[in-house]
Amino acid sequence: MNALLAPLRGGGVLPFLAIVAIFLAFPLPGDATSLGLSPVALGGLTASVVVAAALFLRRADALAIGLGLVASFAGAALLIDDLPDGPLPAGSPGMGQGFWFALVAVWLLAWTTVDRIAGLSPRHPVARRAADLAIPILFGVWLLILWEVLVRGLGVPSVLLPAPSAIGAKLAAETATLWADFRQTFLKSVLVGWALGCGSGFLVALLVDRVPFLKRGLLPVGNLVSALPIVGIAPIMVMWFGFDWPSKAAVVVIMTFFPMLVNTLAGLDAAGRMERDLMRTYAAGHGQELLKLRLPAAMPFVFNALKINSTLALIGAIVAEFFGTPIVGMGFRISTEVGRMAIDMVWAEIAVAALAGSLFYGAIGLVERLVTFWHPSMRR
Amino acid sequence: MTEARSSTRPSVIDARGLSLTFTTADGPVHALSNVDLTIEKGDFVSFIGPSGCGKTTLLRVIADLERQTAGTITVNGTSPEKARLDRAYGYVFQAPALYPWRSIASNVALPLEIMGLPKAERLRRVQKNLALVNLAGFEKKFPWQLSGGMQQRASIARALAVEPDLLLMDEPFGALDEIVRDHLNEQLLQLWAKTEKTVVFVTHSIPEAVYLSTKIVVMSPRPGRIHDIVESDLPRGPRPLDIRETPEFLKIAHRVREGLRAGHSYAD
Ligand SMILES: Nc1ncnc2c1ncn2[C@@H]1O[C@H](COP(=O)(O)OP(=O)(O)OP(=O)(O)O)[C@@H](O)[C@H]1O
Ligand SMILES: [Mg+2]
Repeated sequence: MNALLAPLRGGGVLPFLAIVAIFLAFPLPGDATSLGLSPVALGGLTASVVVAAALFLRRADALAIGLGLVASFAGAALLIDDLPDGPLPAGSPGMGQGFWFALVAVWLLAWTTVDRIAGLSPRHPVARRAADLAIPILFGVWLLILWEVLVRGLGVPSVLLPAPSAIGAKLAAETATLWADFRQTFLKSVLVGWALGCGSGFLVALLVDRVPFLKRGLLPVGNLVSALPIVGIAPIMVMWFGFDWPSKAAVVVIMTFFPMLVNTLAGLDAAGRMERDLMRTYAAGHGQELLKLRLPAAMPFVFNALKINSTLALIGAIVAEFFGTPIVGMGFRISTEVGRMAIDMVWAEIAVAALAGSLFYGAIGLVERLVTFWHPSMRR
Repeated sequence: MTEARSSTRPSVIDARGLSLTFTTADGPVHALSNVDLTIEKGDFVSFIGPSGCGKTTLLRVIADLERQTAGTITVNGTSPEKARLDRAYGYVFQAPALYPWRSIASNVALPLEIMGLPKAERLRRVQKNLALVNLAGFEKKFPWQLSGGMQQRASIARALAVEPDLLLMDEPFGALDEIVRDHLNEQLLQLWAKTEKTVVFVTHSIPEAVYLSTKIVVMSPRPGRIHDIVESDLPRGPRPLDIRETPEFLKIAHRVREGLRAGHSYAD
């Protein structure tokens, strides 16, 4: 008995539960409709889940992980294939319990696989990099799989939440529109506004630092402006700068200016007392001290603001388009498609925004790594 | 001990009735009280005394990093501020204070860049002084990749690279092991003897103070003041390390120790 339970202690609970779940997926006598898989498919699925899970109980090598990946993805593909294509008929109970047990089994197997990959510590740097990449990718893919299966299997109306496949189809079908919107909103409003807002915040911070009375005069004003609600600012900017993207960029400038100002000011004060005293002993001028000490020391703060502002800029530009815009742009599209109940198009825009935002943030993070390699949080 | 040395050399530092009181939230802290001190050109002067007795503060006043609250002080015959703006001294802080975004070589080159020296000269001085503190080969490393003692040596190289006539050193060898410390003591003494520099040196080690110095300033705490000034009659110039076993050396060390003891008992 003890020998039988031993593997469970070493994290063997998940594969064990996966085996239990896959057997629960078999149709009960008199309940033939619960799982639409053919006996051959169900048999194959069961066999591969059991073999992979049993392997995991004993070891976590490349073979076990490879088998786990294949079995979990093949199982997911089978289950998705088993889903009805159209919306479920009204009053239908949805998929039977056998389907859900099979899903749980496959999902547990995938979880175990990711867990074992995380537990690997490959010696080779390329393998380590691959393992580090595999975990978030697998996580994301399984999020999409579960989303797909739950939405379609439970018959969730697409107005509430469309399946990822429907969003993907929309992305493919509407590429031209999405690209035009992306260019209008991201490449113009967001990037220009972000660059101007961050740049001016940075320069004003240098000025405020040099002229102390500005700190008392300008900071409260900046604070006030940044606290203004975007719904009030956006229409005013439209009146000042017209319907096209410059008014959106102006909203972005207003949103991003203050975070950069405050962060840069904090960064300029970040250099330690002894580091400054050192400059004093060299009789360094203000400019030299700024260039060789205080600006380098401020860089972690500046990059913080650049990253915060990248998100703020995207939100600001999209929301600002709700208040008057030419007939192109991500915010414009979202507001009109919501009105037409074309929720899958809204989600397609959201997907584009999420992807663009992540890549933007990631790119800033990469540059940050290069510039502030010396900071304790970046050292490897 | 030759108290009455013929004083023909010009004085580099001259402090009269120097006092410094920090105003803190819990009331005034008397860091220095009525300090009279003359340091002549070519002197090697050590400050020794218990922690918190104002050694660093006195050094900082000389360096114009702190302003006295009473009394007068001149450096090179002018105000400390003028001396600082003339880049009259090199300062080694109690901690390395290297900039983490600069490599070791470029940290040492920092003051030279600020002084506007040409690149070739910067390179020459960096190489020379890193070799002097046994850090040749570590030019491309970053400070956080070096041990604490290596960082401190890099900061010494940085101060020496300025080639100042006056060196202010605040416990520069505190973080080093005994052997490296001996080596650097010797190097420093040779450098001093060769270049006629004036060195003001803070230490907690009696042997180090006696080995290096021509004059040892024994300080006592609360309020920080000078308890005794011991003139050394050991030969000026390079001294062999085993001078530390001679009776003359031990006699001076004894007097310094007595001074420290007396200063301590005062405070309690
Ligand atoms: N900036 C400051 N503000 C307030 N008090 C200070 C300041 N700097 C030093 N002091 C106080 O002045 C006294 C002397 O400090 P100092 O740093 O000169 O001591 P020290 O002799 O160098 O000690 P150690 O050997 O530990 O380095 C201490 O009591 C310290 O608390
Ligand atoms: Mg000190």
